[in-house]
Amino acid sequence: MARIGVFVCHCGTNIAGVVDVTRVAKYAGSLPGVKVAVDYKFMCSDPGQNTIIDAIKKYGLDRLVVSACSPRMHEATFRRTAERAGINPYMVEMANIREHVAWVHSDDKELATQKAMKLMEMAVAKVRRSEALSKMFAPIEKRALVIGGGIAGIQAALDIAGAGYKVLLVEKEPSIGGRMAQLDKTFPTLDCSACILTPKMVAAAQDPNITLLTYAEVTEVCGFVGQFEVKIKKKAKSVNSKCIGCGVCTTKCPSKKALSEFDEKLAPRKAIYTPFPQAVPNVPVIDRTACTFFLTGKCKICEKVCPTGAIDYTQQDEFIKEKFGAVVVATGFDIYDHSNYGEYGYGEIKDVITGLQFERLISSTGPTAGHVTRPSDHREVKNVVFIQCVGSRDEAKKRPYCSRVCCMYTAKQAMLLKDHYPETQAYVFYIDIRSAGKNYEEFVQRAQNEYGVLYLRGRVSKIYERANKLLVKGADTLSGAQVEIEADLVVLANGFEPKKGAKEFAQLFHMSSDQYGFYNELHPKLAPVETAISGVFVAGCCQSPKDIPDTVAMASATAAKVCALFAKEKLEVEPLIAGVNQLTCSGCETCYNVCPYSAIEMKDKEVKRGEVRHVAEVLESVCKGCGACVGACYSKAVDLKGFTDRQVLDQVETATAPITDN
Amino acid sequence: MFKVAYFPGCSLSSTAKEYDVATRLVCEDLEIELVEVPEWVCCGATTAHITSELTAAVLPARSLIWAEKHNMTITSPCSACFSRLKMAQLNLEKYPGLKKEAEEILGETYSGKGEVLHLTRVMLERYGVDNIKAKLKKQLKGLKIACYYGCLMTRPAEVCENDRVEDPMLMDNLVSALGAQAVKWSYKTECCGAAFSLTKTEIVRKLSGDILKEAKASGAELIMVACPLCHSNLDARQPEISKLLKAELNIPVLYFTQVIGLALGYGYLDLMLNKHFIDPAPLLKAKGIL
Repeated sequence: MARIGVFVCHCGTNIAGVVDVTRVAKYAGSLPGVKVAVDYKFMCSDPGQNTIIDAIKKYGLDRLVVSACSPRMHEATFRRTAERAGINPYMVEMANIREHVAWVHSDDKELATQKAMKLMEMAVAKVRRSEALSKMFAPIEKRALVIGGGIAGIQAALDIAGAGYKVLLVEKEPSIGGRMAQLDKTFPTLDCSACILTPKMVAAAQDPNITLLTYAEVTEVCGFVGQFEVKIKKKAKSVNSKCIGCGVCTTKCPSKKALSEFDEKLAPRKAIYTPFPQAVPNVPVIDRTACTFFLTGKCKICEKVCPTGAIDYTQQDEFIKEKFGAVVVATGFDIYDHSNYGEYGYGEIKDVITGLQFERLISSTGPTAGHVTRPSDHREVKNVVFIQCVGSRDEAKKRPYCSRVCCMYTAKQAMLLKDHYPETQAYVFYIDIRSAGKNYEEFVQRAQNEYGVLYLRGRVSKIYERANKLLVKGADTLSGAQVEIEADLVVLANGFEPKKGAKEFAQLFHMSSDQYGFYNELHPKLAPVETAISGVFVAGCCQSPKDIPDTVAMASATAAKVCALFAKEKLEVEPLIAGVNQLTCSGCETCYNVCPYSAIEMKDKEVKRGEVRHVAEVLESVCKGCGACVGACYSKAVDLKGFTDRQVLDQVETATAPITDN
Repeated sequence: MFKVAYFPGCSLSSTAKEYDVATRLVCEDLEIELVEVPEWVCCGATTAHITSELTAAVLPARSLIWAEKHNMTITSPCSACFSRLKMAQLNLEKYPGLKKEAEEILGETYSGKGEVLHLTRVMLERYGVDNIKAKLKKQLKGLKIACYYGCLMTRPAEVCENDRVEDPMLMDNLVSALGAQAVKWSYKTECCGAAFSLTKTEIVRKLSGDILKEAKASGAELIMVACPLCHSNLDARQPEISKLLKAELNIPVLYFTQVIGLALGYGYLDLMLNKHFIDPAPLLKAKGIL
């Protein structure tokens, strides 16, 4: 027979000001199984907790109901109290008579009191069937997988490795570096992007705890936190480990068909190539779709000139499968493709370029060695128009969000232009200037006041192609005038969008994405780097557009999370999880399909002696106890510990019965 | 036989008579049957929709109902008429009160299901440029044409359902099929000044002047249009615009059905090319087309 104690809290006047707490306690005392019921001013205080401990000892209680605030507030407190008095912490129930009663029903004290009594009675009904549960533990593979070798992935890998854990850093392209490597300078300090990035790239390559895997992609993921099993495709580089990175093959390669992805297609690249001179690792790959040998069967010049015999045309894609305890997803972003913008020429006007293309044009390592010339005729430029919010803050293009960095990078690019060519004029069409960040507003002011960049508040209605010129027509909404500018070059501030294939990639991990395809964090404020999948963390622009400082901070945060996880001996798991009665499980896989956390595994298992059946099994370390499987199970074979069907039905029955106090 | 309800609109019996004549001639040749909406009334033009929503809906509704009853797509060669027919259809669907009132006035019911298309889409999309190509007698070799679409054929974008609002290609594709060369230019959908022709002529001189200049600069020898008002602004106003710009523009402006007519072998008077202010004869003779 249960021996229940009910403790009703006043919470000062928070509860007692509305609810007749004495009446609630008195009613509790009349319920079957309740051995003691008291009310107290602050139950969570030291004397309050001692009241509970004393009562447990005096009345030999084996379970408790605390009628107080939300369990989010103090459930953990009272569980510890119970534990201190020798009761299993899962034998504690809370009735929330503060947020759910006193705070919302202050206008009707009688009804509020009745509701408080009911909630308390329901908690009593539930706790009567509570069972002692014990904390669970799972092993952790102390090795992290970081996906994406941009600044986010590099930073996360360095921080995790710095704490002494092993990291595998996987990058799709032939080199790590990502978008940041493509940039010329960075705002708001105008330091050279490559100069601050390359040391980090080299550090990642040299760190004994980091293994680099470039030109590789994650193709399959199973397992769960502490025990992810990941299949990775190592794409055939056609260059083996004998390569010393001398670059002779690239110099001699006669193919110029392909366009350089790194230079945003502004220049051709060879078929055997490293994306850029500072590539890490400095090992080229052969692009088989452009290589003369792979296309025609003839050439093999790279093989002939290679001093170490590193060229291997027979290499095949290779798959490896490895185990990881945690994963950092840092897969980055693409820039918005403006071919949807008819008014800017459907992406067909050569001298209307993207912001990223401008970075390559003005970069000394770019295709023009830093000379800003028109892609169409290579003439130097005089007038340059920058247009902000292309694929950002534009409902018509289904991109209503702000990409956050474009105001800043436009100001930077306009400044750099004026810096290189003082005689040029830069115009910026903008909607609003969003420059929230340390020294950001000052930076934009400098562009206007010191560099003489002309800011026009309004949108461009259309770009007209003229012989050797572009006519940009727009509105200056501050003066109310229509503006026409004859420009040599138009630079669009293309917004950020999720990497192509982001949705498919998310499915590998069962991560959720927002309506645009950016990955969802677990909580927008309080869990910004966690995802709904335990042990999978997100960093950088795959989660939302952000600048380099925010990306680096986020990457370090994921590293802290990974390290905190790895610092534990074993993984502690809440026991409030689902369990399958495999004797009644029909193996229909409904629970497997509804589970949002991939916590159900289907197994062929001997459920009775000599009877092997296809049944569901809960992965205890993955289950979050959401109960979706319980509701979905046709054969009532799944139940949730701490929330059993019997408990919930008892609560429903109690809720619908009349109050019998007098 | 390809059959459509034909709503010529007022201009086609007066200032744009040649557009009507050429259109009927070409369509007969191509075996497109134009069934003129009997006793059609004015579409309401600019006046109706700025003064009364009801008038703007009722006037076109009459023709819309007739076409729907006879199960035909309704088309107009005039961009303004097309726009008014299409907008009336959309407004009648959007506002049930307006529809009820219009039906009461007309004493008929309207389902709103019928299709409304500009003549260019009927001939160049539904009938098809390829089918036209198959019937040509002549190639318009060496002729450089600027296709001018104006405002109302592609806008509002959601009404006109054109996937390249800012750079339509429908007439450009026709020009290539006729063996001529469509020049690349970015003033295809600029406003010609439209009805300001009579009230604020200086606006039309400026806007149409810009269009003519750009056409000329892009190397075009001829402008092809599909709207009587665009035509009158670009053609009839051209001499005064030339004077204003102090440059002899002298660029003929032809309707698209007249250009098809030339490739079908029709002559100067068949297509009433003599009606234009800027005579196309010297150019067409020089190119060996006439």
